[in-house]
Amino acid sequence: MTGKLNLAKKDFVSDQEVRWCPGCADFAILATVQKVMPELDIPRENIVFVSGIGCSSRFPYYMNTYGMHGIHGRAPAIATGLKMARPELTVFVVTGDGDGLSIGGNHLIHALRRNVDLKILLFDNRIYGLTKGQASPTSELGKKTKSSPYGTVDRPFNPLTLALGAGATFVARSVATDTAHLAQVLRRAAAHKGAAFVHIWQNCPVFNDAAFDEWSEREVRDDALLKLEHGKPLVFGKAKEKALRIGDGFRLEAGAAGASALVHDETRDDLALAMALAALEPPLPQPMGVLRAVQRPTVDALAREQEEEAARKRPPDLHALLHSGDVWDVGTA
Amino acid sequence: MQGQTSARTPRNLDQAVVRFAGDSGDGMQLTGTEFTREAALHGNDLATFPDFPAEIRAPAGTTAGVSGYQIQFAAHEVFSAGDQPDTLVAMNPAALKVHLADLKKSGLLVVNEASFTPADLTRAGWKSNPLTDGSLEGYRVIQVDFDKLVTLACQDLGLPAKDVQRTKNFFALGFVFWLYSRDTAREESSIRERFAKRPDLAEANVRAFKAGYYYGETTEAADAPYQIAPARLQPGTYRNVMGSTAIALGLIAAARQAGLRLFFGSYPITPASDILHELAKHRQYGVTTFQAEDEIAAVTASIGASFGGALGATASSGPGVALKTEAIGLALMIELPLVIVVAQRGGPSTGLPTKTEQSDLFQAVYGRNGESPVPVLATRSPADCFDASIEACRIAIEYRTPVILLSDGAIGTGSEPWKLPDLEALPRIDPKLRTDPVGFHPYDRDPETLARSWAVPGTKGLEHRLGGLEKDALTGNVSYDAQNHEKMVRTRAEKVQRVARTYPPTEVAGDPDGDVLVISWGGTYGSVTQALIDVRAKGVRVGHVHLRYIFPLPVDLLEIAGRYRNVLVPELNLGQLRLHLRGQLGLETVGLNKVQGKPFHVAEVRSAIEKLAPQAKEIA
Repeated sequence: MTGKLNLAKKDFVSDQEVRWCPGCADFAILATVQKVMPELDIPRENIVFVSGIGCSSRFPYYMNTYGMHGIHGRAPAIATGLKMARPELTVFVVTGDGDGLSIGGNHLIHALRRNVDLKILLFDNRIYGLTKGQASPTSELGKKTKSSPYGTVDRPFNPLTLALGAGATFVARSVATDTAHLAQVLRRAAAHKGAAFVHIWQNCPVFNDAAFDEWSEREVRDDALLKLEHGKPLVFGKAKEKALRIGDGFRLEAGAAGASALVHDETRDDLALAMALAALEPPLPQPMGVLRAVQRPTVDALAREQEEEAARKRPPDLHALLHSGDVWDVGTA
Repeated sequence: MQGQTSARTPRNLDQAVVRFAGDSGDGMQLTGTEFTREAALHGNDLATFPDFPAEIRAPAGTTAGVSGYQIQFAAHEVFSAGDQPDTLVAMNPAALKVHLADLKKSGLLVVNEASFTPADLTRAGWKSNPLTDGSLEGYRVIQVDFDKLVTLACQDLGLPAKDVQRTKNFFALGFVFWLYSRDTAREESSIRERFAKRPDLAEANVRAFKAGYYYGETTEAADAPYQIAPARLQPGTYRNVMGSTAIALGLIAAARQAGLRLFFGSYPITPASDILHELAKHRQYGVTTFQAEDEIAAVTASIGASFGGALGATASSGPGVALKTEAIGLALMIELPLVIVVAQRGGPSTGLPTKTEQSDLFQAVYGRNGESPVPVLATRSPADCFDASIEACRIAIEYRTPVILLSDGAIGTGSEPWKLPDLEALPRIDPKLRTDPVGFHPYDRDPETLARSWAVPGTKGLEHRLGGLEKDALTGNVSYDAQNHEKMVRTRAEKVQRVARTYPPTEVAGDPDGDVLVISWGGTYGSVTQALIDVRAKGVRVGHVHLRYIFPLPVDLLEIAGRYRNVLVPELNLGQLRLHLRGQLGLETVGLNKVQGKPFHVAEVRSAIEKLAPQAKEIA
């Protein structure tokens, strides 16, 4: 039990049987979300999970909160309307690489630029799972799938640079296999006031198995991943012996840990550092954790302020509204 | 000149039709709107028809850029903007080229002769100058050099010539004010208010307006000026209203009657955008407007808001509604209120964005995947939009269903006097939000309406999940069960059919039986009503049903149709209501169809009725 509401993980488990494939990383994400929810100390009835279509989008059915399983790609838009109508609710969006970056890409970037106070969890398995194995917008170039037997010819999105470019005020990454790290990131996202974008690597054992092994497997991850900590040097390696620093030509490069190591600052106003970290390519490590967390007014709050301001200046009076402009009377004569 | 009239005694007329036509940049819509306001305040009944190109500024002086505004105003009730103008104001040769054919024989033509230069004539496609080559024979032509007269009127103001030339529309307005003996004082203050931030421009426009009026007084126009007495409208308080404005006000009023917040998601599209513009002004009424990134976001955000317990609404036009189609299906599946206003325009595809048409009936009634019944209503005139949108909201809220309200470009941008409603008399709408967790299931239904429980987030103990997958008939959990699916399909259909139980009896105008019944819908109301008056005066027995409810159809319609020998269905499409009536009721009808992006002329409807009434010719 946690918080003054005395909620426990089980309170967030719905009565629906979970129907993902055995071994799907979505199970770990679901369990982690259910574990973190009681800590937020928000009454269940004030929490809503909204999703689109795809494997990840079944998520709301398994959460014992309010929820809507929407239509393909539209979850950010549905959630925007909900949040603007009911700013006091805590609204999560669950989406995937196909749902959120392909058919719903437009809604995702606009929800981020507007800074709607939503927690957007993008489960990225780099494949279409529910439609059985087509290339997705995060599938690596040249990937052979059912829909690309000769290999894909289109370059993938980097979800982190996309979110940063769209003006997201909170951008983070985690991986389903590291549930402690995931829980930490989810707590940070939930605490953020504004659009929080969380990119979660999620393995699909059926259609794209081992997609993230080169980074997330135990034996390689110390060197392949860069765990971000605000205010701390950007170090990695088993003994934290390596660090990122600014090299020639404004590039990030790896060197020995020490005085030249860059210090992470997630609150920087400009995008330079977050963008540079988001764009890191092997052999440099992939960033994990919070890249950016800045405060900006949210669209839902701004809209309410306008409404209150309008009501102060001119209190609502439907009779006066209908009778506005040039009005004339026709007598009974 | 305060309120004075011309020295000559004005001749009384019952009604007049005036059309202002010029370049898109000439301010014809403003000129028309100003004249309309004055006609309304004068107490005339009126109807207007703005007609403008899709291009904001098509090449100056070409026929593609001509913008027109027609008004019929009268000392009696008016139903349409009129077939043919009595007076045509043509600001340039292109306007004359486009509109001359419509002018009544011996009608009054006011032209700006300064614009009839060889270059302008060529641009407009005139081979020779119509002012001198006899083209205008049979019309009463008043040729004035607008350019020179506004220049003289404004010469000591020190304004750039360009600004002075832009007052020409007020010169034209001034002349027409004289022609119909209108109150100039009111207009002068309106101009000064409009240009409050630029007193120099205000002065220039007032001077141009007065110059136009004085020109009328001193000119020798045969039998002018005229006057048209106020109409005997029903007692009450009136304002002139555009259809788009009335829809917006109806949505605000309906949300208030239901005690709900209004959420309006919209993406800019002609001719629906004016609804967004109007609603965006009225935040203090608990109105959230959301200009979305696209049509799909506009409707899905509104669905999200309805899920949150607001009244979600959206508006668009044909192509935009096509994009919203999948989302309308979602709202139908999760059974939440949603109002979709469809401002019809010429289609298909981008079609004729600024022209009117009635070709989205099929899209509204039948245009979704799966068995997806949605109540569809139609508004008939600008003022009617207020009542129609409240009724659409009532059905959406009480039946937890998307409702489509069909309007069109001519209704949305047209205007007419609106007898302001008594707020106490507006229908109460009870959203019956579920709060009791005892025995709650998300798909519990009201036994009478079949509306499901509406439980909104924030309500303790009613946490539940909705979605587009088929639902178990009670729990709302995902169900792939074959029998359950059929049950749900039939239940959703039956629920929408039951909406018809709440309709008032169908009103029949004209004769209760006879030769011809006209069944019409939407913006053809005015033309059909006037045609009916005309043919009944000749002794034809004809009735008229103007449908508010397109789907489901009123249950008494078939019986009413049976009392007439023929049923005529005039539509601005190729026969969508006809096929709908045949499919739904097995009713055979005769069509009158026009797809020119223009409303019916009364004469077209009149002659179609007469063709179906054998004795009409003998009487005539």
